Amino acid sequence: MSSFANFGNDLYTGKRSFDIVGRQKTWYTVSLVLLILASIGLFGRGLNVGLEFKGGSEFRVSSVTNIDNFEARGKTAVGTLDTGTDVVVTKIGTDTVRIQTEKFQNTLTDKVKSALASEFKVSENKITASTIGASWGASVSQKAVKALIVFLILVSLVLAAYFRTWKMSLAALIALAHDLVITVGIYALAGFEVTPASVIGFLTILGYSLYDTVVVFDKVRENTLLAAGSGRLSFSQAANQAVNQTLVRSINTSVVALLPVGSILFIGFFLLGPGTLLDLSLALFVGIAVGTYSSIFIATPVLADLREREPVMAQQKKHAERYQAGQARQAASAPAVSETGMQDGPDLQDRASVSAGNGTSITGRPLHPSVQTGPRNQPKRPPKSKR
Amino acid sequence: MAFNPRNRGPLRTLAALFVIVFGLYGFLGAVSTWGEAQRTPKLGLDLEGGTQLILQPKLVGNQTINEGQITKAVDIIRQRVNGSGIAEAEVTTQGSNNIVVSLPGTPDKATINSLQKSSQLRFRAVLVEGSTTPIPVPTSTSTPTGVPTATATGQATAKATGTATPTAKSGYPPALAAATTPAPTGTPTPTPTPAATVPAGTPQNASDPAWITPDVEAAYTALNCSNPKDIEAIVDDPAKPMVTCDTERPVKYILGPAEVLGSEISNATSGQQQTQSGSTGIWEVRLDFNAAGTKAFGDVTSRLVVLPSPRNQFAIVLDNLVISAPVTQAALTAGNASITGSFTAQSSKVLADQIKFGALPMSFTLQTREDISPTLGGDQLRRGLLAGLIGLILVVVYSLFQYRALGLVTVSSLIIAASITYATVTLFGWSYGYRLTMAGVTGLIVSIGITADSFIIYFERVRDEVRDGRALRAAVQTGWVRARRTILISDAVNFLAAIVLYVLAASNVRGFAFTLMLTTIIDIVVVMLFTHPLLSILANTKFFGEGHKWSGLDPERLGARTVTYAGRGRVTIAARRAAAEGNQS
Repeated sequence: MSSFANFGNDLYTGKRSFDIVGRQKTWYTVSLVLLILASIGLFGRGLNVGLEFKGGSEFRVSSVTNIDNFEARGKTAVGTLDTGTDVVVTKIGTDTVRIQTEKFQNTLTDKVKSALASEFKVSENKITASTIGASWGASVSQKAVKALIVFLILVSLVLAAYFRTWKMSLAALIALAHDLVITVGIYALAGFEVTPASVIGFLTILGYSLYDTVVVFDKVRENTLLAAGSGRLSFSQAANQAVNQTLVRSINTSVVALLPVGSILFIGFFLLGPGTLLDLSLALFVGIAVGTYSSIFIATPVLADLREREPVMAQQKKHAERYQAGQARQAASAPAVSETGMQDGPDLQDRASVSAGNGTSITGRPLHPSVQTGPRNQPKRPPKSKR
Repeated sequence: MAFNPRNRGPLRTLAALFVIVFGLYGFLGAVSTWGEAQRTPKLGLDLEGGTQLILQPKLVGNQTINEGQITKAVDIIRQRVNGSGIAEAEVTTQGSNNIVVSLPGTPDKATINSLQKSSQLRFRAVLVEGSTTPIPVPTSTSTPTGVPTATATGQATAKATGTATPTAKSGYPPALAAATTPAPTGTPTPTPTPAATVPAGTPQNASDPAWITPDVEAAYTALNCSNPKDIEAIVDDPAKPMVTCDTERPVKYILGPAEVLGSEISNATSGQQQTQSGSTGIWEVRLDFNAAGTKAFGDVTSRLVVLPSPRNQFAIVLDNLVISAPVTQAALTAGNASITGSFTAQSSKVLADQIKFGALPMSFTLQTREDISPTLGGDQLRRGLLAGLIGLILVVVYSLFQYRALGLVTVSSLIIAASITYATVTLFGWSYGYRLTMAGVTGLIVSIGITADSFIIYFERVRDEVRDGRALRAAVQTGWVRARRTILISDAVNFLAAIVLYVLAASNVRGFAFTLMLTTIIDIVVVMLFTHPLLSILANTKFFGEGHKWSGLDPERLGARTVTYAGRGRVTIAARRAAAEGNQS
């Protein structure tokens, strides 16, 4: 139990540190493999678009005497023909069953009719067949795509203004695209049908992915600004430290977000079988997992790669290397202090106690406790207004 | 423990939150007890089922419709039935030209009527006005023939003076003139020419009586507004004059060609008429014209204002009938107008929405109306909710494991968030017809993660500060300042997504945006008004403030630097505690 808290402590102080930004090639490779898999799903297998988007056929079975369990019966009846389409069965009024399927050829329509007639024990003339249009029409999709593009432009501007660099916007958008492609691709690979509900699921992922990236970037911004001020860490090192320091948060958040979705996925898979719930929870589960992964392993390394190319950053890197080399030399000459063995050099928090580790100043003199605890606690007396 | 004055601020914030929560539930209780609201959220079509309406286009004569018109009609009906996107209705086509509308719940008569109507709105100049004759004349059609084809708007730009109507009174059929106007102040009295004479030449503008051809006149004479068949047969062709009835008064009209079209209206709103002395209590529909509409309307009014009655009126024609025929008192060039009539709050809103979302290419008749069952069985919702509940319990267990007593703060914050969500979703269901579909429910479940994340960011920040060796109270304050920044920017991104999608997208996407907006606002409200003040108060308690082993903020466990240093015996955690206590007392 305490080990996780210790893990967090070690990550925070830098005692333990994962080299995430430095090994960006590994993560890029992993993502590339995932992206290739996703594109196989997307382009090879193709998205199985539901009849809400492209219309289909509709059968109405009227005057059904025994309507119990109509849903399963309707599905079985159409399923026996092995059409491989999704079937939506609805009860209309009291004795009519509506079965919506993909668009069928005429011959198949007749077969479906006779199958339904025998299943529901009505004569074939009680069954009407007609075509239905898309309830999620092209205009709805067009508007949604337009809205998304406007949103992406606006959010890039907002992030660029907030973080004071367009590179963070770019990195966040790359991570977003990465998450969406992988989520939709895995969805396609699973062979689930895309319904309006799953589109809403994808949009939820879009929101979550950006949210998570912004949270991580906010810490990166904080640490890299400090590093730029002190010159003791290069941009990549500072970014890596930020990612490590938010790692516990990222793990906790994704676990908290994944637990409810995961339990829906579990129940959907084992108890309910295919249906909206399983589709949605799969999309959300994959999306949240990939979204968390990408904000740590993709967005931050991409950002570091982009920023390290700047001349200023190269200069900072040189400076940091010199500083760290100096520190290492000093540590070698005074072995007692170097016990903790920080990998990324000293922590860069702007507090006196941290600068040389373990509560001693650079000269090795112990620091007064008040310096270590930050601002001194003054005698407490409520302000005049509250007295 | 005595009342700690340091808690006063946070307690006040907490009190504000509880006022909000109790206010929400009090309001909900009130509207569900005395109003029509229900106490549970309204459910969408997939979970609750609803009503299916099949609409068939109403075709006059051998009129045909094409696929483009049907697609357009579907889009407009979708707007009308689900303009805000939160009603989760479904609109699609069946066969070649039927439109199927599936609505959750049971729609009332007015809703169904508003779907069928074309809501074709046009402004036309009044040429002749007369009381309707009670003789029932079964007439087939009154389509005028042989009318000049010049477009009305092109003509209307001619001139805004009386000189624009050279053949002013000559075209008046005397029989008609006699029957005209219930309030005849400036009625044209002279009846010089024979009735059936067609004025020479083509009409100069839309107010020109030259439009009244013998055919039009015959149709006018034959029209009996008390006969539903006659009303059915009225044809509204924008390029031609038309003969029609008034919906309010027993009056019939000959109107010039259409001059301002419904498509030239950029926005329509409803509200009570406002004067300088305040609201008059009369409901009106306010119209804003676009550039073309502003110009056309300005031209019409400046031309009509100098004409004698009844030709100084313009008629607002909705679905073939005149809903209002105001007298022009001044040239109106500001680009807006308002319609008054016998509107109620509801009917004015319905009309404004219909005008705003555009006219259907045709009217529809209701062919069938049936109940439909939910597409997702009750099984799915029940088990989905069960799964969500299990997931929530796991979240509680996990956060207690991770944050110990601090986990209780998470759990209580989530409970507050959930109760606010429940109340707002139910209230929006009552006031705006917001409905929860399966996608909406899972969206709310995902929002648990995003809401909990705000607390996690906050707690981790506080822990970081404790690790740096701050006393808990100071750690809570500095941690909050840093965490707040992160929480606000990340929620701002979500909020931006919600706003943009809500404004620009349609249908279900709008519904999603609405849900996202709701959960984002609730997230900020809860973390600002509940979690932070609660933690500030807890930081002043002995249990948390001194970093009890189970508080989740134990400096020793969090590896505060002083502890690693304790080995040398210089600063121990005990000494730090003593110092903190000394400061507190």
